[in-house]
Amino acid sequence: MTLLECKNLTKLYGKHTALSDISFQIDSGHIIGILGPNGSGKTTLLKLITGLLSPTSGTVYVKEEPIGPASKSIISYLPDHTYLNKNLRIQDIIDFFADFYEDFDSLRAYDMMAKLQINPRQKLKTLSKGTQEKVQLILVMSRHASLYILDEPLAGVDPAARDYILDTILSNYDENASILISTHLISDIENILDEVIFIQDGSLHTHALVDELREKDHKSIDTIFREVFKC
Amino acid sequence: MPWNLNSDRPIFIQIIEKIQMDIISGLYTPGDKLPSVRELAQKASVNPNTMQKALSELERTGLVYSQRTSGRYITEDTAMIANLKTTLAKDIVTQFLDNMQRLGIKDEEVISLISEIIKGDDHDTVRM
Repeated sequence: MTLLECKNLTKLYGKHTALSDISFQIDSGHIIGILGPNGSGKTTLLKLITGLLSPTSGTVYVKEEPIGPASKSIISYLPDHTYLNKNLRIQDIIDFFADFYEDFDSLRAYDMMAKLQINPRQKLKTLSKGTQEKVQLILVMSRHASLYILDEPLAGVDPAARDYILDTILSNYDENASILISTHLISDIENILDEVIFIQDGSLHTHALVDELREKDHKSIDTIFREVFKC
Repeated sequence: MPWNLNSDRPIFIQIIEKIQMDIISGLYTPGDKLPSVRELAQKASVNPNTMQKALSELERTGLVYSQRTSGRYITEDTAMIANLKTTLAKDIVTQFLDNMQRLGIKDEEVISLISEIIKGDDHDTVRM
């Protein structure tokens, strides 16, 4: 089933074209990497899909419906900047999420916090930047959503924690859910991806299965990326 | 132990090779039940879809068979496993001979080198 469809998406910021005529479809049960250099439009695209921005033209469909309250309830989004109140204790934020989202699984959140040795009684502002990012990702992955949208989930965390986070992503999403991940850290995540979408200057450059790209070019996705976006 | 997968070759092919190797080396014995797709995917740190694709391919070749409700099992056809072992061994030897040829070493020399090493004391240090 088509979980997400972007149809001729264009987004202008004043005269600047952030995205131009992007169309693609995503089915249920896949992990897709959104890859592109800085300023290529990845975050804008993700914000259009979550409904935080409106496209200048074009439409986003989630489960064949235009985005709206229904789509928001099945999309779990990790933004590139935090929006949490840093004066709150983690356990209060967990309560807040449990109140806010019907599909939030508090037990799962506490369990993951424990595995990463994060004390839920601590206030968010007392944690390091990397640990704050882990907390946010745990919150996002503790929802039983149909579509997870993760904007740069690995940027601030150390390589060992990255492995744990990827493991968390793999073990916590159910087979009918899909995950969109934008990142620069391609080599860290490419083995868990089914598909990649390359975005170049606001346009869709490639949308392909990762194993097909590897087979065709005999190169890793990381190497292909470096060649496509060579400065 | 994490699986050692390279990113420059299709992942599902490397998974197939790894499971073939585990069967040949006796880590899995004929008739053994394989872990679930999810468990294997997590162990290998790959996408469950990729693992599924690799297992379907192994099923197609007959090395693995599935029983509708209870999961996937290693074939009990020991002749098939022996065949696979021979095929893989031949591949390795062919590759090795290609490398020797590149070094300009003739076949007879290769054979005497091999027997020398097998007989010699340095056998254990050479073998990994």
